[in-house]
Amino acid sequence: MAIKTEEMVLNMGPQHPSTHGVLRLELALEGEIITNVIPHIGYLHRCFEKHCEAMTYPQIVPYTDRMDYLAPMGNEFGYAIAMEKLLGIQVPERVDYIRVIMAELQRISSHLVALGTYGADIGAFTPFLYCFIDREKVLNLFEITCGARLLYNYIWIGGLSHDLHPDFVRKTREFIKEFRPNLKEINDLLSHNRIFIDRTANVGILPIDTAINYGVSGPNLRGSGFKWDIRKDDPYSIYNKFDFDIPVGEGKYGTVGDSWDRYYVRVLEMEESCRIIEQALDQLPEGDVQSAIPKRVKPVVGNVYARVENPRGDLGYFIISDGSTSPYRVKVRAPSFVTMQVLNELCKGYMVADVVTILGSIDIVLGEIDR
Amino acid sequence: MKKAEEIFQLLKDNFPASNLELKTDQPTEAIIIASPLEIDKICFFLHDAPELLFDDLMNLSGVDEPKAGVLTVYYHLGSTKIKHKITLKVSTDRNKPEVSTVTEVWKSADWHEREAYDLLGIIFLNHPDLRRILMPYDWDAGYPLRKDYENPEFYQGMKVPY
Amino acid sequence: MMYDFLVDLFGNSVFADIIAGTIQSLLPLFLFILPFALFAVYLERKVSAHMQDRLGPMRTGWHGWKQTIADIIKLIQKEDIIATDNDKLLFNLAPIVVFVGSYAAFAAIPFSSYFIGTELDLGIFYIVAVTGLVVAGILMAGWASNNKYSLLGSMRSVAQIISYEIPTILVMLSLVMISGTMSLHTLSEQQTGYAWNWYIFGGPGMTLSKFLLIPSMFIGFLIIYISTLAEVNRTPFDIPEAESELVSGYHTEYSGMKFAMFFLAEYANMFAVSAIVVALFLGGYQSPVGYFGDLIGASWMIPIEQFTWFTVKGLFFVFVQMWLRWTLPRLRVDQLMTTSWKYLIPIAFVNLIIIGLITLL
Repeated sequence: MAIKTEEMVLNMGPQHPSTHGVLRLELALEGEIITNVIPHIGYLHRCFEKHCEAMTYPQIVPYTDRMDYLAPMGNEFGYAIAMEKLLGIQVPERVDYIRVIMAELQRISSHLVALGTYGADIGAFTPFLYCFIDREKVLNLFEITCGARLLYNYIWIGGLSHDLHPDFVRKTREFIKEFRPNLKEINDLLSHNRIFIDRTANVGILPIDTAINYGVSGPNLRGSGFKWDIRKDDPYSIYNKFDFDIPVGEGKYGTVGDSWDRYYVRVLEMEESCRIIEQALDQLPEGDVQSAIPKRVKPVVGNVYARVENPRGDLGYFIISDGSTSPYRVKVRAPSFVTMQVLNELCKGYMVADVVTILGSIDIVLGEIDR
Repeated sequence: MKKAEEIFQLLKDNFPASNLELKTDQPTEAIIIASPLEIDKICFFLHDAPELLFDDLMNLSGVDEPKAGVLTVYYHLGSTKIKHKITLKVSTDRNKPEVSTVTEVWKSADWHEREAYDLLGIIFLNHPDLRRILMPYDWDAGYPLRKDYENPEFYQGMKVPY
Repeated sequence: MMYDFLVDLFGNSVFADIIAGTIQSLLPLFLFILPFALFAVYLERKVSAHMQDRLGPMRTGWHGWKQTIADIIKLIQKEDIIATDNDKLLFNLAPIVVFVGSYAAFAAIPFSSYFIGTELDLGIFYIVAVTGLVVAGILMAGWASNNKYSLLGSMRSVAQIISYEIPTILVMLSLVMISGTMSLHTLSEQQTGYAWNWYIFGGPGMTLSKFLLIPSMFIGFLIIYISTLAEVNRTPFDIPEAESELVSGYHTEYSGMKFAMFFLAEYANMFAVSAIVVALFLGGYQSPVGYFGDLIGASWMIPIEQFTWFTVKGLFFVFVQMWLRWTLPRLRVDQLMTTSWKYLIPIAFVNLIIIGLITLL
């Protein structure tokens, strides 16, 4: 006699330790095997795009901070790039250098959170705190620069809110010197841990074609083994002046494009960010960081689309101007929003515990998904 | 790498019956205007043609233009192989906003189109799962990003303006 | 001793029996288990904090030593929440069953040659049987909570504990074969003298079979340590309460004192399994280097020394459990089963056969 079985529906979230915010996943389970995942988003919707239509262009900068709250510098950077393209502003060289330094420091801090929380998702809590110690140092650097630790409002249209603190260059060099051995320690503790590899390798494999078709970008796409980085392939600001590599997933412990690859690409990227910061600090020119800030931002009628490489992927701003001082429409292409769609594809056939693994490996931020 | 003019010419050659238009008076990038019910075929062509290979839908945004009486959808396409970009635009009547879906071409269009439906009320024909996405599923007070949208007084018995 | 004293006091042996029994059965609870559980929680916090470059509790008392006491007082005061759709009877019974199961195991653990709850001839058998009660309690808790996370957690927990009991018992069996006894007290007594008489070094006596046994005993020790880790749901086997997946497993729905009972049972269990490992392999309460009391001719000191040795050994393994918890990630449920059924059980079986052959020599 066959046992009567029934599909179980498990609601994961919106209050759940591993959904990285207020995400609700509707899991259809056959025992512990996933048959379907339906993400429900919107619990953190703050009407960013509607707000923008009621504000002037410079007023939008602090709001962009609040989208990907783990990488606000990247968000501001993207917005500034888009607006400068629309206004036709050429910023002083020093501004470009400082922006790159900030964006790369932000990439390090954001990837540290990604790594730490990923470890915590798998059950290793200690690396999480190790990562936060280093992240704290980056936040201190931001604090001496602009006074804020989380939401900076630092990169303005055409310039920056403050010049660098006199100690900044020295402290950043010190940080990088301390950070490299710490990164190795995290690698020893987590990345090459046998249990961690067993949990992440060969789990949630994302082939390149699927990834591109789903619009997956950033470290997740590179984890699939595709060398694609907007900093190199569609350069903006002054990224073409620096020498750095684009790490891609190699399937060291399993198949190319598994969770471990996505995780490890982030580890390698932090090292590359360190290299960029060092080069930028060496070449940092003098100058006035506020000379190009327009008194009144009133672009011509038209629209612009600009994208930057944020820690989570390809962040795009589409801005339509109707010739007034506030935008007619702002649409943000948030990398996590696009990447979330691939979750169902990744999770099918794995276990409940693997949903957590996969969700952690694509490193989402709900502030950006829901905007 | 193909310029917008070349891409436009290719499209003209392959879709002689279509009503295509190239707009180059933008401050930044050129825009190709297409018709809303043919956009899926055009996108298939752009995605598959070996000299174009637009495999990356960078962005899809809906815009409300009440003065022209239309809702507009912008498609920002890019190619990861050839590294060129193009912007498409379709406009549809505000009272009967229907656009063909491009989810068949790019899976990433799914949520973008749901968002455009949710916030602007653009109906994407043949979309596999056209539901609200950012707003609550039972939001019945209209589409927030339309320029004439007004907040409702109450939602599910809760007072909305605070 | 206590019995004689009470007979003197009451002049009636039946009365004395009851009182002595009550005192003897409550004594380990109040003297050892509760203080130990409180201390273990404190230790866990401090160990984890120092491993993670933090300080841990510092505010309540010197280095925060009063923290867990305050926590327990808070838990006792808390409202006892029972959801409407819970199975009330099972829901209330489950924490008691779990607590009793882990507490009853202490009855047969020899803390020193004079301080044993009851000197059972079937001590090992009794402990295995009585800790099986915990499984029932956990399943009751998960089912009665009427919560999918709790149910998944308890199902995993039951599957895990039952799977890992098999290698544990196989290793225990090999020990029984060598020593010829199931009494933990006798086992400890056999390992008297110096550290090389411990069963991990092949047991007492200087025969050929002792040296042949050493590799098998090391393997057996590793197997039993790994499987006891799984039996008390500690990392890397803490899948039943994997907080990143199942929020907190079978005790998600519990609050207040009932939660505290699960919590205390967990920490009591940690010591119980360490104590069993110590009693089987590491000489139990026996000192590795001889007794100070023997040296100065004060025999009354020996039980106290024995108690100290036993606690130190037990606490060391509790510390190792914590150390592992704050270092390792956790396995997935199928990998956990693989570890047990594909590796530990076959190895334990082969080990058992080898040990059997050697003891036949």
